[in-house]
Amino acid sequence: MEQKNTVLIDGQVVEINGEKNILELTRKIGIDIPTFCYHSELSLYGACRMCVVEVEGRGIMASCSTPPTPGMKILTNSPRVQRVRRTVLELLLANHDRECTTCDRNGSCKLQDLSNRFGVKKIRFGERDVKLPLDHSSRSLVRDPNKCILCGDCVRMCSEVQGIGVLDFAGRGSQTVVAPAFNKNLAEVECVNCGQCAAVCPTGAIVVKDETDRAWAALNDPTKTVVVQVAPAVRVALGEEFGLPAGEIVTGKLVAALKRLGFDKVFDTSITADLTVIEETNEFIKRLQSGERLPQFTSCCPGWVKFAEHNGADFLNNLSSCRSPQQMFGSLVKKHWAKDLGKKPDEIFVVSIMPCTAKKYEAALSNMTTEGVADVDLVLTTQELARMIREAGLVFDQLDVESFDTPFGFTTGAGVIFGATGGVAEAVLRAAHEFVTGQPIEQVNFEAVRGFADRKEATVEIDGQEIKVAVVHGLGNAKKLLEEIREGKADYHIIEVMACPGGCIGGAGQPISPDRETKKQRAKGIYNADKLSQLRKAQDNPMVAKFYERWLKEPNSAEAHEALHTTYSNRGRITGEEIQLIAGEQPKVDIAVCVGTCCYLDGSYDTLQKLMKLTETEQVQDRINLHATFCLEQCEKGPVIKVDDEIINAVTPETVEKVFKEKILKKLAAAGE
Amino acid sequence: MSKQTPNQLAQWKKEWRQGFEREKARILVCAGTGCVANGSLDVYAALKQEVEARGAYVTVDVLLEKEETGVSVVKSGCHGFCEMGPLVRLEPSGILYTKVKAEDAAEIVAALLDGKEPVERLLYRHPVTNEVYAEEEQIPFYHHQQRTALVHCGQIDPEEIREYIADGGYEGLQKVLTTMTPEQVCQEIIASGLRGRGGGGFPTGRKWEFTRIEKSDQKYVVCNGDEGDPGAFMDRSLLEGDPHRILEGMAIAGYAIGANEGYIYVRAEYPLAVQRLKKAVADAEKYGLLGQNILGTDFSFTLKIKEGAGAFVCGEETALLASIEGKRGMPSPKPPFPAQSGLWGKPTLINNVETFANIPQIIVKGADWFSQIGTKNNAGTKTFAITGQVANTGLIEVPLGTTLREVVFEIGGGIRDGKKFKAVQIGGPSGGCLTKEHLDLPLDFDSLQAAGAMIGSGGLVVMDESTCMVEVARFFMNFTQNESCGKCVPCREGTKRMLEILQRAVDGEGQPEDVEILQDLAEAVRDGSLCGLGKTAPNPVLTMLKYFKEEYIAHVVDKKCPAGVCSALKGYWIDPEKCKGCSKCARHCPVNAISGEIKKPYTIDETVCIRCGACVSTCPFKAIKEG
Repeated sequence: MEQKNTVLIDGQVVEINGEKNILELTRKIGIDIPTFCYHSELSLYGACRMCVVEVEGRGIMASCSTPPTPGMKILTNSPRVQRVRRTVLELLLANHDRECTTCDRNGSCKLQDLSNRFGVKKIRFGERDVKLPLDHSSRSLVRDPNKCILCGDCVRMCSEVQGIGVLDFAGRGSQTVVAPAFNKNLAEVECVNCGQCAAVCPTGAIVVKDETDRAWAALNDPTKTVVVQVAPAVRVALGEEFGLPAGEIVTGKLVAALKRLGFDKVFDTSITADLTVIEETNEFIKRLQSGERLPQFTSCCPGWVKFAEHNGADFLNNLSSCRSPQQMFGSLVKKHWAKDLGKKPDEIFVVSIMPCTAKKYEAALSNMTTEGVADVDLVLTTQELARMIREAGLVFDQLDVESFDTPFGFTTGAGVIFGATGGVAEAVLRAAHEFVTGQPIEQVNFEAVRGFADRKEATVEIDGQEIKVAVVHGLGNAKKLLEEIREGKADYHIIEVMACPGGCIGGAGQPISPDRETKKQRAKGIYNADKLSQLRKAQDNPMVAKFYERWLKEPNSAEAHEALHTTYSNRGRITGEEIQLIAGEQPKVDIAVCVGTCCYLDGSYDTLQKLMKLTETEQVQDRINLHATFCLEQCEKGPVIKVDDEIINAVTPETVEKVFKEKILKKLAAAGE
Repeated sequence: MSKQTPNQLAQWKKEWRQGFEREKARILVCAGTGCVANGSLDVYAALKQEVEARGAYVTVDVLLEKEETGVSVVKSGCHGFCEMGPLVRLEPSGILYTKVKAEDAAEIVAALLDGKEPVERLLYRHPVTNEVYAEEEQIPFYHHQQRTALVHCGQIDPEEIREYIADGGYEGLQKVLTTMTPEQVCQEIIASGLRGRGGGGFPTGRKWEFTRIEKSDQKYVVCNGDEGDPGAFMDRSLLEGDPHRILEGMAIAGYAIGANEGYIYVRAEYPLAVQRLKKAVADAEKYGLLGQNILGTDFSFTLKIKEGAGAFVCGEETALLASIEGKRGMPSPKPPFPAQSGLWGKPTLINNVETFANIPQIIVKGADWFSQIGTKNNAGTKTFAITGQVANTGLIEVPLGTTLREVVFEIGGGIRDGKKFKAVQIGGPSGGCLTKEHLDLPLDFDSLQAAGAMIGSGGLVVMDESTCMVEVARFFMNFTQNESCGKCVPCREGTKRMLEILQRAVDGEGQPEDVEILQDLAEAVRDGSLCGLGKTAPNPVLTMLKYFKEEYIAHVVDKKCPAGVCSALKGYWIDPEKCKGCSKCARHCPVNAISGEIKKPYTIDETVCIRCGACVSTCPFKAIKEG
């Protein structure tokens, strides 16, 4: 009878209750089987082989990919199992850059942790034989392939959760690496800097770019007034770095810490989130009335904005033109508040503390400046701030709470909930009704848009009109939604998109936490902070009203546009140097074959292959500079090739030979004469 | 083509058979890759020209409805005896000419048309006994074989569907479509005892049945032709020599499991196979043997050819399926098995080329016929590519259970140059080595696995006493390391470190503790790897450590290579008994490692010696010894 639906794990009878794999079953009974590549949110990969167990009659099996079947006899810690695990760790360490002491992930590295746990004390094999260059090109992230254990977590995170697929495997055998397409740098591909790859990386192979040095330098520069803004999501996560539970609101201690670090003024980004609500809601109402550029997408998330610039050129007009709260803050400080202080923009150094890595990229955008000076000078993540606090020796727990400075310190709950997925949509809904009808709404909680579901929807009636709202988080979900809109299968008026799963509280700049529970606690903290706020609606913020009075006149005015809005541009997916396929010494004719998605689907890859063959058979390799390119923007006429400056459409594998003979060989002949 | 009926096939068979029977003689020129590389196409052209010049009626296409009988010169698939190529076979006499050149055409044609004795200098001569054999079937290389999967290879024109049909081709397909239920087909294959010829040896019928019982709107049949073992060319020969047999086997499988689409995954490095497959698919479609409503039944089956990009790991089924889908060829964990979730997540039957090649005959001749070939649990024949230091190399087919001794000494003709047999490496980089104590081991799935090797796809490298087994293990490890997909840690990193340790040994830098480390690592890689490639990658090392441990210890402890292969371990010394002190060696030594007094024995300073061997050839008294 115990055979019925049970297995024997290390001699213990365990009932199977719908567990997908042995790993889940063992975790249920309190055995923590080690893993590198197993994540419940990502697809099964089965590569790290740490989770192996021994199954009687079947030998060593990966517990992550083996479903438990009744009667199985499983050993989770047999000598053979131990040998595989220790060997895996030893092999990984042998090939790993073991400069642990100077690694960003020292102390939070899974390889370090497991090696310690399994008592790997000696490496019997040689050192890593190649030192690969680091990729510092990104504003937000640093890739160190020498620390990569090829677990593929980043690859699957980027493609499966974020729907992008910037990273993938290249090469074979021990030469295998994780890299962007054509081994380009991160800054040259369609990476949106969301940093989720770094958040899921078990080692220091992808880390958030540390810029604390620049913060210290500014703080020690007597010519600068250093002001700092703190994003909503930071206050519910920073405590984790100092042993406090996830979701605990540490705003007061956070402000105190920043003051003790030497920041001249400590402000709250939530106030410009309130301002965003006013601007964006007004913009939305106008669009609603005119029926144009709907659905309106939020634009607070720089990861999403860049994603749209790469993959949603057809939707760029639908994005709200509002800058993000971070940039509104920087802009107001440099354009207006500086004048109050009698200072020039470059005399004020604006630092942001953000849960986000993409904010580093956003702050560096060339159109986010005042008189040629960046509106936000430096973005630090929650992780980096924690490091500064530790470096300064501040005992976080013992700090006495302090409050934000004026004028950018007074906030409402609306601005605070920007930190969780659904928050922006909820804050806009709290305002929209009032803006249209002139009547404040009683019920400010919109539960339907809260929580961690992939897509949340709500329909709200405003002045007799049904407004359909959608909220997505995780760019993969956004991608699906865009696709449905394109196909006419989805219809909304306003859509909130946050790049990171869970919204900003799940940003890659937050303390590293592998589990979803932590994110849930942080979200709870955000909504608690909202609940505790005296004012819940952005339009009730008296300081925001003052900004309009003094600096911005009225929502969506020319002044507001100048300071608070921006424009977007279509970005190609790959930049930088061209991808050489056949490098000729004296290239006479330049042929570029588009291998963008549309052309690829039309067969451009075969066209390319045929061209390569044709150059070989015609023996003109040295006279043709053949390369692949991304998107010649003639997507409906693919496959597209470019011969010198001439774009030729519809060069299919069938017609390529004709084109080659008529265009290219003739050109070569002409050039030869 | 208009709607067919199942009877159509019988009509064609009758009609086209008559066409062949009208022929007076046929000259088959092997057009397998090996013979083509040796110039068989020139031979083909010369023979054709010669026959025409002689005024005899030549049929390039025997099926043209001509009244006269004539001599046809046709291209055939691989005969397997590649090292003797280009091969020319005469029918009906069965005479086989070897190493034929274009210049020989006149003589061959003259002998044939004038009814003279065959051209003796072109007949096969046994390298050891010197005996001359005229007929192909009498040559020991062929005589000990039982060619069932390869039955058509070298016998028919692979580019001519009508020859295949005339010889009973597609009758198996007709039989299942008209007289059997899919379930019966699966049961027939189960009853035959056929096991997967790709190396794993999983019972084919059970695999079919698993796929058949899956419920799905779409299923696929996939043929694994990604033959990548160094030195193995069984699948290539089948695809080149008898492509229709594979198509027929796949179509039968499609009917049995309920699939109407199939893929043939074939190496792009096999251009001739790809070309012949393409033609075969097109011809089969033309005759209604593939496509919609095959032979007028409700069954439809289409085939696509997918060229692989040259990755060994794509021979692993999940990696192969990923590759067909356009993804990086990396294996994924099983379960789910392809039978449940394969190509594009649909139930997929994936079998090796040779497995499919066996299907039509099992259907036509019955499971009993097949199960009586070979041994219990190992029914049927298996093809092997026999290479290395044997007299006869090439492609062979023997019943499973044939001993290694028969293969090496009867078919292979024994070791070349009178040297001693040392070992065979069977199953390529996934297999292991077997020694002379295994010579009477029956070659079958289970016996080989028990000995630590595996059939693999059937590569069989024979090695003599001059082979260094450590170097062999290093060679295969280098191969698997380069071909590892890099996904799982044990394979990616473990093969690299095993290679590192083996490299150290052949470079003379091995350490005594390496013996234990290598064994431990090899076992961990075997246990821990994700897919078959990684799990079997340590086999060459493990069998080397099992059967030739002394040789490895000699490398790492004594710093000697007993076979004298590893140059870093070669040492030279002067036999004082033989040395006359002439100083010739010292004068020839490029690094002044040799010194001594005239007329007294000289000595070599090993720390200076670069092991170039220059001294050995200069010594008039053969006093300088290796070792």
